[in-house]
Amino acid sequence: MPCSAYQRLLGFAGKFAVVLILGFLILPAVVVTIAAFNDKAILSFPPQAWSWRWFAKAIAYQDFRDGFRNGLVVTAWSSSLALVIGAMFAFALHRYTFRFKKVLEAILVSPLVIPHFTVGLGFLILAAQIGWNRGFAVVIACHVVLVLPFVLRSVYVSLRNLDQSYERAAASLGASPLRVLLTITLPLLVPGLVSGWLFAAMLSFNEFTASLFVTSQRTQTLPVAMYNYVREFADPSMAALSVMYIVATAALIVFANAFLGLGKVLNIEQSR
Amino acid sequence: MNKAADIGAKAQQETAAVPDEGAVRFSNVTKRFDAVTALDNVSMSIKPGEFMTLLGPSGCGKTTLLNLAAGFLSPDGGEIRIAGERMNDVPTYKREIGMMFQNYALFPHMSVAGNVAYGLKVRGIAKPERDRRVQEVLALVRLTGFEDRTPRQLSGGQQQRVALARALVINPTVLLLDEPFSALDKNLRASMQVELREIQRKLNVTTIFVTHDQGEALSLSDRVAVMSEGKVRQLGTPQEIYRQPCDRFVASFVGDTNVLRGRLEGIEGALAVISVGVIKVKVPSGAVMDVAASAPIDLFVRPEHLVMTEATPSCATSGTIAAHVYQGGHVDTYIECKDSSRDRLLVRSAGHETMARWPTGSTVGISIVAGEGVAFV
Repeated sequence: MPCSAYQRLLGFAGKFAVVLILGFLILPAVVVTIAAFNDKAILSFPPQAWSWRWFAKAIAYQDFRDGFRNGLVVTAWSSSLALVIGAMFAFALHRYTFRFKKVLEAILVSPLVIPHFTVGLGFLILAAQIGWNRGFAVVIACHVVLVLPFVLRSVYVSLRNLDQSYERAAASLGASPLRVLLTITLPLLVPGLVSGWLFAAMLSFNEFTASLFVTSQRTQTLPVAMYNYVREFADPSMAALSVMYIVATAALIVFANAFLGLGKVLNIEQSR
Repeated sequence: MNKAADIGAKAQQETAAVPDEGAVRFSNVTKRFDAVTALDNVSMSIKPGEFMTLLGPSGCGKTTLLNLAAGFLSPDGGEIRIAGERMNDVPTYKREIGMMFQNYALFPHMSVAGNVAYGLKVRGIAKPERDRRVQEVLALVRLTGFEDRTPRQLSGGQQQRVALARALVINPTVLLLDEPFSALDKNLRASMQVELREIQRKLNVTTIFVTHDQGEALSLSDRVAVMSEGKVRQLGTPQEIYRQPCDRFVASFVGDTNVLRGRLEGIEGALAVISVGVIKVKVPSGAVMDVAASAPIDLFVRPEHLVMTEATPSCATSGTIAAHVYQGGHVDTYIECKDSSRDRLLVRSAGHETMARWPTGSTVGISIVAGEGVAFV
């Protein structure tokens, strides 16, 4: 069938629109990356001279170093705890029927609809009430609550995609429920568990609003340290730090993709 | 002393009970899912070494019955015994069953050898013995040399053999097969069926086989239980099921059949005399025993028991040829025949001469092979 000029124009316009949208999506990252290499000590755009020095400064800055280390501690603990708790709740929700199941489900996903600052403020008040000094425990507890819905969802979807006949086959071969869990269910759930952990880790590491409330000078995470920095200074080291953030996250995703396949990591592909 | 005698008597009772106990026995088993009764008071005894098929349309309860035997479900009423022991509250992993699933359910994170060895490992069998038995059973299903492959690297037929090997290696008391051939193409299916039956006979393992394919049921089974709506409609050998179906459902579900309108003339002992058109046929009187004379009767006749002849007044009926369907080994002929049948009649004849002799549109007479057919009200 011959293509009319009108159809060709429409096709071209469609492609152009897609390119525009995609460009719009990555525009912030591009602007920040360019700004990071600006030699001048102000966040201006476009830069006149180029330099790496803001990267050096960002890496050398003590608050950022502490924030990075604190962030790693909080992220590792909170996403791991959330994984264990979330996986157990996911099992309960998927495998059993009980009273108040809907209520439990609603409570578990409620952090999705409650603003982060509410959660943070809540933990702050609670910690003050029970005389909990603002150490890592309260930050980690807060992050567990915030990332739990994502872990829960990830494990739940993997469980739903897991064909029940694997477990039944193992049981028919004489494996006790615990043995089935350890040798069949958990190994087959690994992609879902890893993806849940990765999601939780990324969210926790980048979390700012609630962290602002619950962290102290000693426990502040990287986003909080960046916020405190930007209140006083406006040089491109912030942009440099952002670029490092982007590169690190991308590297993590590439790594996960190579190991598990992105489809499985993002849970959009049935794990088999 | 009294007690010893008591035990002796009890032991005797138990031995006496064994012959009719069966390898697997369902007694008055009922299973409900919310408001739906999936199984309604089903009783069945499967003999040691027997190949029993549960046949029926989807939703008839056959899979539920298999899952009850496996222990994936527990009955709401009645009793399930395997090798004489009550199984109602015994969990699956203590039942010593081997099961093959519709999608094979091979563990994707284990090799072929790992899959087959799983049941032995669980039983704490040492590695040398384990390896020997894995080799043995892989040889039985003709998969020697495939030990290190993963399930995804195997064809459908090979996957099925691994599944069979995995179920058999533990020497199960009973082998449960859940529509294992439904994922295979037609040619492979036929050869796998023969292979399965040979292995089953060789090992003499009691087998329960679930299928909705009546051809499969007739060709493989020692006995077939035809089920519908949670009940066993008929339990018998494939020949009994095909030649003497007990009701309309069994007659029309198993194999092709024609329904001819007739009239009951009378009962002569075990035979009923039924008039179809101008002729009279004699068929077993079973289902029409208590019917009043001259009542309308439907005569169910298999397509291979109808014969096309010249249209003469002495034929059972006559009609016009609507279509011939050439099937290679035989020809299926559809005949439009308004006076004695609700639908088109199907006549199955060997050889392709019929197609030349009775072209489409020509008029033929139909007669019934003597003694064939079953009557229902």
